[in-house]
Amino acid sequence: MTSIINLLLALMLSPLLIGVINRTKAKIAGRRGQPLLQPYHDLVKLMKKGSVYSTTTTRVFRLGPVASLAAVLVAVTMVPSGGMGGVFSFAGDFVFMAYLLGLARFVTVIAALDTGSAFEGMGASREVQFAILAEIVLLLGLAVLAIGTGETSLTGIYGKLWVSAASALGPASLLVAFAFLIILLTENARIPVDDPNTHLELTMIHEVMVLDHGGVDLAFIQYGAALKLWLFAALLTGLAIPFRTGIVSLDMMVNTAGIFAAAILVGFIESGMARLRLLNVPQMLIAALAVTVASLLWILR
Amino acid sequence: MPLWTDMFILGLVLTNFRLLATSRLAAVIQTTVLQAVFLIAIMLAMTPRPWPSLLILLSLITFVVKGALLPWLLSRAVREVKVLREIEPLVGYSASVLTGVALLGLSFLIFLPMKGAVSVGSDFLLPGALFTTLTGLLVIVSRKKALTQVVGYLVMENGVYAFGTALAVEEPLLVQMGVLLDVFVAVFIMGITVHQISREFDHIDTDRLSELKD
Repeated sequence: MTSIINLLLALMLSPLLIGVINRTKAKIAGRRGQPLLQPYHDLVKLMKKGSVYSTTTTRVFRLGPVASLAAVLVAVTMVPSGGMGGVFSFAGDFVFMAYLLGLARFVTVIAALDTGSAFEGMGASREVQFAILAEIVLLLGLAVLAIGTGETSLTGIYGKLWVSAASALGPASLLVAFAFLIILLTENARIPVDDPNTHLELTMIHEVMVLDHGGVDLAFIQYGAALKLWLFAALLTGLAIPFRTGIVSLDMMVNTAGIFAAAILVGFIESGMARLRLLNVPQMLIAALAVTVASLLWILR
Repeated sequence: MPLWTDMFILGLVLTNFRLLATSRLAAVIQTTVLQAVFLIAIMLAMTPRPWPSLLILLSLITFVVKGALLPWLLSRAVREVKVLREIEPLVGYSASVLTGVALLGLSFLIFLPMKGAVSVGSDFLLPGALFTTLTGLLVIVSRKKALTQVVGYLVMENGVYAFGTALAVEEPLLVQMGVLLDVFVAVFIMGITVHQISREFDHIDTDRLSELKD
């Protein structure tokens, strides 16, 4: 029951997360910034519009946004937060979750390739190049937690983190949390990797792939991106704040506050850092990989 | 507190990765300061309180030499020879980090059978110390700038020092003092040499020195 409330929170509040990031950046830069609810207004505006499809595209192009949103939606149902389990949970579901995210990326990439535009092909190539490294780190990090807690489902892992935080898992889970922060920035196309606000062809990755989508399709993509941000923020928060009070509503509030704190942290990182040169992005991901392997060895001894 | 010891050893391991990943000489020198802090922290966390006055003296000396004096000498050399970055390492930075991961794995593999046999404060200390030593070695062989090589030597010595903390907890002072003196003299001489090389040849690239003819 309570996990359903968590899911509803994710479905309702995830666009707000993007609003919070934008607001944080605006505040630090000394601007007033767009309203907090702007992402919702954008979504409503896009939902009211019709779609225009190029004659060069096929069915694959129309499949992309729908399938990727569906995959992300299913992935979100498995994420535990605030001491409550996910709506669905079974042994080894973290692999399933990682591959659902992979599926979402895959359909976005083939939809981008389907347009036949060289520009979108470039974005797709970059996305896949970074995804290879990011996926290893995500799976390895979750594997470290699974070995450390002796559980094989996300719900079990995150439920046990608090119990074993004081043992050898403590330092290791901190390292994994650091790696997950980098993965959050990479997967959601945030600043050290990609700037979600510009359309500058030299460095674009994610935005370039969805240039030809409009109307409802674009709304689906943006909502899917917001959900994905929520998902990674929830994974990170569960690691960074593994404390439980035992009171369900209080835990849920702490966890939701943690997710928004993660959004504010992303805002700070984006304000303080310049975007990395494209060649240096794999280097950052390899550093995250090194950190994760170190924590794996730590757990295995 | 075994957890704190673990955390500090982890910190030492992470500084090694930072050393392997960065090209800026300022960051490289900063890493040696961090390592000195972590070494002292490990030593203090492993010894039950109240700390013996000898230990406090040793950690003070260690900090003055490793955390202040040597970095100061190195950053002075950086300023004088006006080199800010390692431009072309023999092994790229991503490859260095991956090699570092392999070396860390190797260190754990070597000390896995010894777990529990040697009574040290933490299971991670010996692998961490070996990894630090190997990282220093890797930096020495894979970088071209003489200054980075000096830092590699320092880091290698930090690994030896960590071994010393693990195995000679009772009688550390004489051994550690000897090692410290060695390193101090070595870095001092290297600093002067680097300065001389750069004055004579306008660069401190050791690779090009091997092409010298008489």
